[in-house]
Amino acid sequence: MSIVKKFLYVNRKAPYGTIYAQEALEVVLIGAAFDQDVSMAFLDDGVFQLTKGQDTKEAGLKNFSPTFRALGDYEVTKLYVEQESLDERGLTLDDLQDIQWEDEDDDYAEKPSIIVVSRAGMADVMADQDVVLSF
Amino acid sequence: MKFGIVVSEGPYTHQASDSAYNFVKAALATGHEVSRVFFYHDGVNVGTRLSIPPQDDRQIQEQWTALAKEHELDLVICIAAAQRRGLLDQNEADRQGKDANNIADGFRISGLGQLIEMGIQADRTITFGD
Repeated sequence: MSIVKKFLYVNRKAPYGTIYAQEALEVVLIGAAFDQDVSMAFLDDGVFQLTKGQDTKEAGLKNFSPTFRALGDYEVTKLYVEQESLDERGLTLDDLQDIQWEDEDDDYAEKPSIIVVSRAGMADVMADQDVVLSF
Repeated sequence: MKFGIVVSEGPYTHQASDSAYNFVKAALATGHEVSRVFFYHDGVNVGTRLSIPPQDDRQIQEQWTALAKEHELDLVICIAAAQRRGLLDQNEADRQGKDANNIADGFRISGLGQLIEMGIQADRTITFGD
């Protein structure tokens, strides 16, 4: 399949409490096999998905947060995070996992996957896509 | 225009599948094409033939089955989401050692790749969710 479209997976929900985040990640991982131009967006409570130190043992739920650090291996290297959503929840970039990808065109240099954008910037990111899937 | 449709909420609890149904009907009636309807999350529950809604209410699964028959629609239920929620066709029931299947006519169970493929092939992908 030679068509390459820009896919954006929009994550608006907290990682636990509902299944949306987990099943969104399943779509992203399967979708990686299709060689499309993939980005992910995190806004509203979705920014909690990327926080570090998640521990779900007491809740009896699967902690899928380590998967985000493996996304680079699936060539998912653009994780847009909305600044205002972080601010509204008292979060900063330091509260999020350090997620990197290896740039094979730059001597496999490790580069950050998380790109913090403003609310207006997020609108531009969305407007630039061919397919937006919301979770 | 060729539309791809995602239904991501279950029947009756949410209006999503009703809105998707009305949209698909309207799109087809005005000469558009619907390449696929993909049921994800609790949306997979639309495809059980064992639901028995009150007679004076709309019959969501039957509506979809009839529309699929009339227009040869491709109604796809995500296998990963379906397995979690107990939606099975006979093939899956046999494979997983379960004693029954419950998928309705007009629906088929397949993988998430069908969602991505739909996004690639459709001119517009529209999600009906919460």
